[in-house]
Amino acid sequence: MFYELYLGSWLSINKFGLGFIIGSVWDPVKGIFGALPLILGTLFTSAIAILISFPISLGIALALSEYMPKQLSNLFFFFVELLAAIPSVIYGLWGIYVLIPFLREVIYPFIQSNFGFIPLFSGPIYGGGFLTTSILLAIMLIPIMSTIMREIFILVPSALKEAAISLGATKWEVISVMISYARLGIIGAIMLGLGRAIGEAMAVSMVIGNKFQLFPSSLFDAWYTMAAILANEFIEAINPLHISALINVGLLLLVINLIVSIIAKIIVRYHLRIIGGIMRE
Amino acid sequence: MKGRSIAIIAIIIIAVISIATWYSLNPAGTTQETPQKEISLNGAGATFPFPLIDKWISEYNKIYPNIKINYQPIGSGGGQRAHIEKTVHFAASDAPLSDEQLKNATNTLHIPITIGAVVPVYNIPNIPKGLNFTGEVLAKIFLGEIKKWNDPAILALNPGISLPDADITVVHRADSSGTTYVWTNYLSAISREWKERVGMGVAVNWPVGLGAKGNDGVAALVQQTPYSIGYVEFTYAMKTGLCYGKVKNAAGEFIEPSIDSIMKAVEYAAITLPKGYESWSKVSIVNSIVNNTQAKGAYPITSFSYIIVYRELNVLPGMDRVTAKALVDFLWWCIHEGQNYSAGLYYVPLPSNVVKLNEETIKMITFNGQIIKT
Repeated sequence: MFYELYLGSWLSINKFGLGFIIGSVWDPVKGIFGALPLILGTLFTSAIAILISFPISLGIALALSEYMPKQLSNLFFFFVELLAAIPSVIYGLWGIYVLIPFLREVIYPFIQSNFGFIPLFSGPIYGGGFLTTSILLAIMLIPIMSTIMREIFILVPSALKEAAISLGATKWEVISVMISYARLGIIGAIMLGLGRAIGEAMAVSMVIGNKFQLFPSSLFDAWYTMAAILANEFIEAINPLHISALINVGLLLLVINLIVSIIAKIIVRYHLRIIGGIMRE
Repeated sequence: MKGRSIAIIAIIIIAVISIATWYSLNPAGTTQETPQKEISLNGAGATFPFPLIDKWISEYNKIYPNIKINYQPIGSGGGQRAHIEKTVHFAASDAPLSDEQLKNATNTLHIPITIGAVVPVYNIPNIPKGLNFTGEVLAKIFLGEIKKWNDPAILALNPGISLPDADITVVHRADSSGTTYVWTNYLSAISREWKERVGMGVAVNWPVGLGAKGNDGVAALVQQTPYSIGYVEFTYAMKTGLCYGKVKNAAGEFIEPSIDSIMKAVEYAAITLPKGYESWSKVSIVNSIVNNTQAKGAYPITSFSYIIVYRELNVLPGMDRVTAKALVDFLWWCIHEGQNYSAGLYYVPLPSNVVKLNEETIKMITFNGQIIKT
C-alpha cells in the first residue's frame, strides 16, 4: 500500500519534495500544492474532538458498568452500540440540518456575547467550521470509545474493587483505582478514536466549511482536513499533478496514522514496564 | 371417494405439466420474435448528465430489451481516463479532452449531448428571486472585494430594492467539478483581476468563502446560511427552489436563466463549433458569447456536456460489429428522441444546428474502416 501511494504521488514528491509538507498554498490552476494547512486542520480538529469526547465517554462507560442496574445498563449499551453503527454520511447530514442551525442560532451567539473579548471566540459565525467539526467528531467518537471503555471496566477483577472497598475506600477512590488499573485500555480507546477522527472524511467535509487556510481566524471559522480534501477533490481531478498531490496527501495521512499508533505502542509498552516493575516488587 | 381424489390429483398433475411445457416452449411470451443476442454497452464519466443518461438507458431498454447499457457516474476526469485507457465503450465529460490528452487518444469524436448552465443563487431574508448581477460584480463578490449586500455596486444594479447591511457569505464548490470550471471560465472571461489572481479550472484557489461538496451541498449550505451567495447547476436551482439571480449579457440585458435563454446562447455559439473529429479543447460557449453584443436573449454562463467515443471502434478490446452498431444506434437515439426527455428533468435540449453537427459526427464512426450509420 505504501509503495502504491508512493508511486502515485511520485510526481508531486518529485516536484515539491519536503516543500509539500510546509507549503501553505493549494492552487490547482497554477499547479502549486502545499499541505500544511490540511495537516494542522486534521490534527487540531481531531485533538479537540478527543478532548471533548474523552470525559463524556469515560463517564458513560463508568455509569454503564458501575452505577446502573444490569438490565438498564444492557438496554443503554444496546443503544450506544447502535449509534456506533450509523454511517458517517448520516452524521454529516444530521450535522448540516440539526447541529449547525442549533449551534449557529443558540450556542455560538451565546458564547460570543459572553466571551467575545477573547480572540478565539470572535469573528463571523457561519455555523459550520472548526469547532463544529470537532463537536460532530466527538459525537461520532463517543459511542465507540465508551463501548470499548465499558468492556475494559467490566474486565477489572472484582477482587481489586472488593479489596479497595474493604480498605475503606470511598466510591470515588474505588473508581480511581479502577481507572489506573484500566489505563492501558483507556489509552487504547483514545488512540482508536483518534485514528477514526483523523481518517474521517465524509462527515467532516460536510460541516467544516472546506476553507484552505493556515489557521482559522477563530473557533467559528472554516478550515480543512486531509481526509476531507481527498473526499472532495479526488473524483473530478483531471490534471496529473493535482491527482498526484492528492495521493501525496493520502500518503501523509497514512504516515500520520502510523505515527499515532506507534506513539500508542510506546505508551503502552512504557506502562507495561511500570506495571511489570510493580509486580516484581 | 378414493377414485375421485385420484382423478383430481391426476387432473392437477396434467394441468401443471401442460402449463410448464407451454412456458418452456414459449419463454417469456416471445413467441414471434427470433431470440436476440444480448448486447451490453459500458459507459462512465461525468456526474452532471447522469440523471439524464440514466433516464435514456431505461427508456432505450424498453424499446430494445436485448441491449443492456451500463453507465457509471465516476466523474469527468475518471471518464476521460477510462476513454484514454479504452476501458469503456463511451465516456461522458463536462470538459472536452485537452490537446495533450488527444495525443494519447487520437481519433476521438466529441458529441455534445446536453447543455448545462450555472446560476448564481442567494439567500437574503425577505428578498425575492431575480436580483440583477453583472459578471464584474459577481467576480468582485467572489474575490472578497464586495463584502456587504448593500454595496453601491449591487444597489446600482437593483434600484428600488432595499438590500440589508449584512456581510456576504460566499459559498463555492469544495470538490473538483465541471460546474466550477464553467463558473470560473465566466469570471475569468469577464474580469481581468479574476483571471490573474484565481484563473479557471475544475478546482481553484478560492480567495474567500466556504466550500461545500456537490451541487446539492452548495444548495443546502446556501439554504441554511442567511446572507449567502453561491452557484449551482441550473437543474439544481430549479429543483431546490432557491432564489436565483439574473445575469447581464453582452447585449446589455439582464437575463433570467431558463431553458429558452440557455438554448439561445448555444445557438449563437454553435455557429463557430469545430467538426466532431477536430479538437474541441478550445470550445467554450462562455468565451464565444461573453463579448457578443448580438447575442440577444442569451444566458451567458452556459456549457456543453459531451459523450466522447473513438472514431474507429475496433481500437476497443472485445469490440465486434454488432456491439458497434448498437452503440451508434444508441448515440443516434440520444441526440434525437432522447432530447425529448431533457426538459422534464430540467436539462436543456440541443438546438437543431447542434443536432445536425452531431449527425455528421455519428456518421463518421466506423468499424474496421466501414461506416456504420448511413
